[in-house]
Amino acid sequence: MSNILVIAEVRGGAAKRPSLETVTAALQLATATGGKVIVVACGSGLDGACAELRKTGAHKVVAVDGPAFANYSGDGFAKAVVEQCAANGATAVLMAHTAMGKDLLPRVAALLDAAVITDVVGLGHEGGAFTAKKPVFAGKATMTARAAKAPFCATVRPGAFAPACSTSDAEVSKAATPAGDLLAVVKEIVASAGGKVPLQEAKVIVSGGRGLKEPQHFKLIEDLAAAFGPGVAAVGASRAVVDAGWRPHAEQVGQTGKVVSPPLYIAVGISGAIQHLAGMRTARTIVAINKDADAPIFKVADFGIVGDAFEVVPALTAAIADVMKGK
Amino acid sequence: MDIVVCIKRVPATDTAIKIAADGKSIETAGVTFELNAYDEFALEQALRIKEQLNAGSVTVVTVGPKDCKKQLDDALARGADKAVLLSTTDWMYDGMQVASALAAWIKTVPCHLVLCGRQAVDSDNNQLPANLAGRLGFACVTEVGKLTLADGAFTAERDIEGAREVVACKTPAVISCQKGLNEPRYANLKGIMAAKKKPFVEQPAQLGARGMEIVALSLPAPRAAGKIVGNGAGAVPALIAALRETKAL
Repeated sequence: MSNILVIAEVRGGAAKRPSLETVTAALQLATATGGKVIVVACGSGLDGACAELRKTGAHKVVAVDGPAFANYSGDGFAKAVVEQCAANGATAVLMAHTAMGKDLLPRVAALLDAAVITDVVGLGHEGGAFTAKKPVFAGKATMTARAAKAPFCATVRPGAFAPACSTSDAEVSKAATPAGDLLAVVKEIVASAGGKVPLQEAKVIVSGGRGLKEPQHFKLIEDLAAAFGPGVAAVGASRAVVDAGWRPHAEQVGQTGKVVSPPLYIAVGISGAIQHLAGMRTARTIVAINKDADAPIFKVADFGIVGDAFEVVPALTAAIADVMKGK
Repeated sequence: MDIVVCIKRVPATDTAIKIAADGKSIETAGVTFELNAYDEFALEQALRIKEQLNAGSVTVVTVGPKDCKKQLDDALARGADKAVLLSTTDWMYDGMQVASALAAWIKTVPCHLVLCGRQAVDSDNNQLPANLAGRLGFACVTEVGKLTLADGAFTAERDIEGAREVVACKTPAVISCQKGLNEPRYANLKGIMAAKKKPFVEQPAQLGARGMEIVALSLPAPRAAGKIVGNGAGAVPALIAALRETKAL
């Protein structure tokens, strides 16, 4: 009972990158517990994903593969994972902190009556107990916690670990999907329109706030994002403009929106309320454009321009387009 | 349909967090507490379902210290029928304990649907809904942005990375609510007066053994002071140069 089980998320026949990162976290933890890493994938038609997952340094890959799992079901997948925990002597279960991870891992924890710590950025095992580090209050503070019991379940924040990659070839075995009715099942997945970059996967985020004065002026933000080229930049928004109905909640950055950490974050017309700063302060480079030189956003920005967004942003868009042309 | 809404009292999102002397909790002096923002969508959805069916009940419950009475009273004023405080002495951050305490209580009451906010904005665990569902054996859909009820079953839509899932969900169920699901109502004077006559039950939470303990809370290192590269559109070349120099471009 010292093995670490990782639940892999498979979409479109491939393992998601955050799952490969979670394998890295599990391999580190297994070194401390003296156990092995078992990767469990649930779905239908998992051969391609297993070929990828066996090359991660994991010791074993189990595919719970069958037509009953053609679509995601939190209760169905949880039952299968719990069966694999028993079969493989798992003392800890890890999954990436994604939409699926947040839906599935806590249910597994309930069935195992396990300790659970989510959205972790660091893991350890000291004196027989699992330890974890996680952001709380949307990153305004970091909690270091110790699990008081085993088994232990955790979700791992995407981007906190490098994806696992190895020349080894783990054994792959198949397991049948568990019997019984499914209570909640996905019946359709609708891709978002226009091939937009998801906020949390974007290399650049250009965010707009109240300083843009009117919802239609977000065109400036969209144009600046587009200047970085296809698939690079996403548009973000402050809580004020989402609450005002200018932009969808999916674009909101901050404590009641998304917490993001892109390589480059450009804040336009955003004053920098505490709850917004909590959502973007870990970006590698922050640029702020605001006409108020005293705006709090300038306290976290690496580079700032004091000025009118309607003058500065078009000039910046043209300059970025020039830089990208040269690449 | 008998609906239970789980709520939490959390520090207001505009709070600047300070660590208390014990190094394990936050300084609460001067902090304003409020109803967790996502729980407002859960309560609103419960009231709408009751209105749609013109039957059933809405009970609001929290696990926490006595100070939570204010948030429970607010929920009663907005239209919940009954409030339950499962009392504790501490800030509740241990996901396993909160889920166990809620499950133990829900098993003692009629319940066809549990609605929660997608996460509490203090501990940011985002684990309670699915954990509770597992303990109750209920169906579960988390982070729901659109919910419809027809013929005793739900269709729930939720955003996933780069797409939207449509989920068929049986009852009984636990549904966690995302911003955008609805526009929450606020209490009016009539509601506040009516709330005074509604049942309010307080009993100790059955927390069980701890799942985890906090070793330390710390503040992130402050960002190094940045610089204003200039004023107006004329500062753009200086900004581009600075971004290239630091390999941000």
